[in-house]
Amino acid sequence: MREPDEHRLFRRTVAEFVANEITPHVAEWDEAEEFPRDLYRKAGELGLFGIGFAEEHGGLGTHDALLLAIVAEELAQCGAGGIPASLFSNYIGAPPIQAAGTPETQAEILPRMLSGDAVCALAITEPGGGSDVANLSTTAVADGDVYIVNGQKTFITSGMRADYVTTAVRTGDDGAAGLSLLVVPTDLPGFSTTPLQKMGWWASDTATLYFDDVAVPKRYLLGEEGQGFGLIMLNFNHERLFMIAGMVGGSRLLFDEALDWARERETFGRPLATRQVVRHKLVEMDRRINATRAWMAELIDRVDAGEAPVAQLAECKVQASRTLEFCAREASQILGGASYLRGNPVERLYREVRVNAIGGGSEEIMIDLAARQLGI
Amino acid sequence: MKVAVCVKQIPDPASDYSLDPATHNLVRPAEQVLDDTDRYGVEMALQIAEQHEGSVTLVSMGPSGNLQGIRQALAMGADKAVLVDDEELKGSDSLTTAKVLAAAIAREEYDLVIAGTESTDGYSGIVPQQVAALLGIPSLTYATQVDTDGSSVSIRRQTAAGYDEVSASTPVLVSVTAGVVEPRYPTFKGIMQAKQKPVDTVTAGDLGVEASPGQAIRSVQPAPAREAGEKVVDEGEAHLQVVAALEQAKVV
Ligand SMILES: Cc1cc2nc3c(=O)[nH]c(=O)nc-3n(C[C@H](O)[C@H](O)[C@H](O)COP(=O)(O)OP(=O)(O)OC[C@H]3O[C@@H](n4cnc5c(N)ncnc54)[C@H](O)[C@@H]3O)c2cc1C
Ligand SMILES: Cc1cc2nc3c(=O)[nH]c(=O)nc-3n(C[C@H](O)[C@H](O)[C@H](O)COP(=O)(O)OP(=O)(O)OC[C@H]3O[C@@H](n4cnc5c(N)ncnc54)[C@H](O)[C@@H]3O)c2cc1C
Repeated sequence: MREPDEHRLFRRTVAEFVANEITPHVAEWDEAEEFPRDLYRKAGELGLFGIGFAEEHGGLGTHDALLLAIVAEELAQCGAGGIPASLFSNYIGAPPIQAAGTPETQAEILPRMLSGDAVCALAITEPGGGSDVANLSTTAVADGDVYIVNGQKTFITSGMRADYVTTAVRTGDDGAAGLSLLVVPTDLPGFSTTPLQKMGWWASDTATLYFDDVAVPKRYLLGEEGQGFGLIMLNFNHERLFMIAGMVGGSRLLFDEALDWARERETFGRPLATRQVVRHKLVEMDRRINATRAWMAELIDRVDAGEAPVAQLAECKVQASRTLEFCAREASQILGGASYLRGNPVERLYREVRVNAIGGGSEEIMIDLAARQLGI
Repeated sequence: MKVAVCVKQIPDPASDYSLDPATHNLVRPAEQVLDDTDRYGVEMALQIAEQHEGSVTLVSMGPSGNLQGIRQALAMGADKAVLVDDEELKGSDSLTTAKVLAAAIAREEYDLVIAGTESTDGYSGIVPQQVAALLGIPSLTYATQVDTDGSSVSIRRQTAAGYDEVSASTPVLVSVTAGVVEPRYPTFKGIMQAKQKPVDTVTAGDLGVEASPGQAIRSVQPAPAREAGEKVVDEGEAHLQVVAALEQAKVV
């Protein structure tokens, strides 16, 4: 499948942006567990946040899954997944605002998110559990013009920095039908955060959020009460697609690192790449990446044609995290001790495998979802 | 201010290349990129046009291909492009190139012509000066900074010792060095808009220029393999030997 000229040109642009503005700094940012906030503005200037957002707010006006995948795949080339993860919290926090926010809420938030001046996050997971979305327990109780929100969220990407947190809350009875999405401006009294230290994605801020009688104006409700579960599920399809693209990009980076090393490194008087064992490892990586990428391309095509291939997106996310896991292991074997040193992209990506297999719907949950969708 | 910018589409320097066995010219793939050097020229032109209510016209000679390189410059914000694509011009030397570019520029209204200092693939580094001479306008070369009030242009010209300040009144040609300004990245919106911008493709005949390349490449030899350098073993005096070697090479 050949990408259209405009998409290829934008791919080149994003690749240059990543190579110039991000890659040279990733080791430093990862160690600092933070990257400059200004990167949001630079990314905003380039239009990286505009896919799927209305033109009146500064967006592209259309959804374009291919473009989103291109951005994710190229950002992954920086070799530190925490940076795209943080930037992309906008792509999980803001789409429900575009889909179901009031005109007032959209006008307040979206132009500033698109320019990189405001950061959005999505808060679903709670200390009590993440996979079982329908049973979450943070509550929002209507009281005049406001909702009084109480509860905790955890593992929230961009939780420390976000200006707006799109929060899954219970406004009604038990189960999925009682859930709503409410945007919580983070400067409201009663809202507080603590950072979490992680195995990987160091440059990405991840936090626990506390809501203690936070009074959120009702205009921040997305859609109607009880529509939360549907909006969350809608969001997942795009999140899964760009996670797949990020994993494909990361796997490709691992392959490239391993190939360069195998060609350069000599053992017993010959480059590693001349050894059959090593060559086969490389081809096996390449084979799995190509298969995953081809499947991803097909799903992009279907999503852009208006379909929602839920089961296949779920399966492909598993395919992508298994491929990433395999490539991280094999690249590490080929690099040997060098892959164990901090600052090496293979070392960093190795530590990022887990979050890709767990976040955004874990492998087990994806497989179970596919089974149900397929009527098995 | 009306600005014309000379830009060249070149094969992606990161990809493999081959030479045509008959003509010894580089085989140019359909997909080319905007020469990195010329991005600075485009950015400079855009900034000047933004400050002085102007327009930016790209002028280029070479095979059109799928126009990706030209679109890249249009996506940055240039208004339109004139592209001279003529099979007869294949393998043109710099003088022929300059004649073609000058003829294409002369058809446009312009106050300022901007070029790079040296292309990435041809790198003769003399096209801009030749274009200025053919147009009969002054050339301010090797600019590391460009200022204009709309009727005259002054630049800082990089020299071995520092820089010279040189100025001339318009119309004038300026060649800019890498780093004169920070080129912007084209946005996807810009890329989509670029598709609608006019690209006027003409031949040498349309410009009234005789289409002869002016040169022919008789043969191409591979560059001699690099010889191994001289190893200096440090027994306390190595720095002196290094200094002597550098002096002998006349680099210090
Ligand atoms: C770095 C990072 C960033 C994150 N960012 C965000 C964010 O921005 N917003 C957000 O809302 N969440 C975020 N998450 C949370 C993530 O989505 C959850 O971790 C994930 O959904 C799993 O939830 P859990 O950790 O509570 O695991 P649990 O739901 O407790 O599950 C534990 C394990 O059991 C398995 N399991 C669960 N149920 C079943 C079952 N029925 N059958 C078989 N196996 C089962 C799961 O696969 C998992 O392996 C992030 C997580 C990480 C690590
Ligand atoms: C069919 C065809 C095939 C060609 N194939 C080749 C090829 O294989 N290799 C090659 O190097 N050239 C090719 N050219 C272009 C032309 O021959 C060269 O551009 C020319 O020799 C200029 O020399 P230079 O690159 O050394 O210029 P330099 O003097 O090094 O360039 C300095 C600046 O002049 C301007 N400039 C130079 N050339 C052009 C141009 N063509 N269009 C617009 N601005 C320009 C740019 O601003 C550049 O930064 C081809 C042209 C045609 C029509």
